[in-house]
Amino acid sequence: MSTSKANPLPARPLPSQVVKDDEPILVTAAKAGDISAFETLVGRYERKIFRLAQNITQNKEDAEDTMQEAFLKAYEHLGEFQGNSRFYTWLVRIAVNQALMKLRKRRPNQVSLDEEIDTGEELMPREVEDWGPTPEERYKQSELSEILSSTISELDPSFRIVFQLRDIEEMSTEETAEALGLSIPAIKSRLLRARLKLRQKLNRYFRRSDNS
Amino acid sequence: MNCRSIVKELSNYLDEALDTTLKDSIERHLEHCDDCRVVVDTTKKTIQIYCNSEPAPLPEDTKLRLREALLQRLRRVRA
Repeated sequence: MSTSKANPLPARPLPSQVVKDDEPILVTAAKAGDISAFETLVGRYERKIFRLAQNITQNKEDAEDTMQEAFLKAYEHLGEFQGNSRFYTWLVRIAVNQALMKLRKRRPNQVSLDEEIDTGEELMPREVEDWGPTPEERYKQSELSEILSSTISELDPSFRIVFQLRDIEEMSTEETAEALGLSIPAIKSRLLRARLKLRQKLNRYFRRSDNS
Repeated sequence: MNCRSIVKELSNYLDEALDTTLKDSIERHLEHCDDCRVVVDTTKKTIQIYCNSEPAPLPEDTKLRLREALLQRLRRVRA
C-alpha cells in the first residue's frame, strides 16, 4: 500500500485559456493570406489532431480524412475565428465535429452522445493496487503509446470522447459540454466513469506487484 | 465521509473543484484509508500519463496526403 499522501492535481491554467506564444501572430498572418503561417500551424498541431481523430473514430482512414477536413475547414473559415479562445481549441472543436460525423456514419445505431448512460456498473474500484511513483517509465515510448491507445479504445465512445477532450486536450468542463452539446452534469458523470475505467484497465500494466 | 463518497467526489477533488470543507473532509479520510489513497493516486496518475503523452509522429504518407489536400484547396481558392 502506498504511504504517500494523495495530492490533488497541481493547479494550472487550462491551455484553452492560455494564448500560446506566437499563435495569435500566426493566425493574424494566415488570415491576411500568409500561407506559410497557416502551414506552421498545421505542422504544430497535425499530430495532436490525428491522435484526437483516431481516438474518436477508432479507424485510421477516418482519422486521416477527419484531420484533412478539419484543417481545410479551419483554413476556409479562418475569417470567422474571433480569437475568444485559443486557435487550437477552435481547431479541436472543428475536428471533433468531423470525427463524430465519421463515427456516426460508420456506426449509426451505436453512437448517441446525449443518451443517459446507466451501465449499472458499480463505481467502487475492485482492484486497489499501488503503481509506484512513475509506472509509465517501465515502458519504452512506443510501447506506452500503444498501451494508452489500446486502453482508451476499449471505452464506450461517449466516455472516450469526454476523456479525450477534458484530460488529453485539457478543455474545460464548460468547453467540453458546449463542443459535444451535453449538459455539465453529463460531462462530469462521464468523465468520472471514464477516469475510473481507464485506471482499472491500466492497472494490469502499471501495478507494482507485477513489475517491481 | 466514507469510501463511496470519496469515489463520488473523486473527479471534483482531483480537479480542485471542491470547497475547503469538503476537501478537508476527504483529506482526513485519506489519512487513514489506504485503499482510497491508492485509488486517488492511481486515478491521478492515469490522467497525468494520458495528459503528458506525446502523440506519435504522423506516418510520412499521411503527412504528404495532408499537404497535397491543403495545396489543392489553396489552388482552388486562388483560381
